[in-house]
Amino acid sequence: MTVALSAAAILVTMTMAIVRALRGPTVYDRVLAGNMFGTATVLLIAVIGFLTERPDFLDLALLYALLSFIGTIAVLKYVSYRDLGKGGEQTEEKKWIW
Amino acid sequence: MDLVMSLVSGTLLVAGAFFNLVAGIGVLRLPDVFTRMHAAGIKDTMGSALTLAGLMVVSGFSLVTVKLLIIWGLLWLTCAVATHAVARAALRGGLEPILAEGGSVRMASGAAGGAAATGGSEGRPGGVDPGGAR
Repeated sequence: MTVALSAAAILVTMTMAIVRALRGPTVYDRVLAGNMFGTATVLLIAVIGFLTERPDFLDLALLYALLSFIGTIAVLKYVSYRDLGKGGEQTEEKKWIW
Repeated sequence: MDLVMSLVSGTLLVAGAFFNLVAGIGVLRLPDVFTRMHAAGIKDTMGSALTLAGLMVVSGFSLVTVKLLIIWGLLWLTCAVATHAVARAALRGGLEPILAEGGSVRMASGAAGGAAATGGSEGRPGGVDPGGAR
């Protein structure tokens, strides 16, 4: 029962993340919403595995966690540098305070 | 014992659902990308951790628990890195967070002001600057 409620809450959160990804004014809002959608997907796969009594779904959740992270980093790198093969030289970032 | 486990798992799952919903509302309604990042962090830490802990209590101790722990550790590591990467890319791309005082985060962007602000701490060992900054 509470597992189903958890799945429903995750679905509502995914809907909100999609709305933000469609509306978001900058590309970083969209990437952030996409990352949040990926996290919600990992949780939803795990919860659905418990709802349907099939614990094999946890392996898929594990795989999707890795894929979602790599996808987020790749999109951010492409947006920042317009080139996925760029090396990591530090020129102008040193001037900023992190 | 069964009732206790059911109560504990129900509490954890409901709390996780609450944090997930709060994160979704925050991502929808907060004003700029840095505050939305804060809302997404609620989901990445509390929402996923509480939901996975509830599932761990539901499953009992077996291989499933270990898999859930691995998923939790992976999310715990990657979500922080991804959020930091989004913040760094947004700052690098020219966005600025909305500050209450109307200030700027880029303290070292101007030549004279940046040198005066950072030079006193590390650039000049002492005695070179004739009291100009003070």
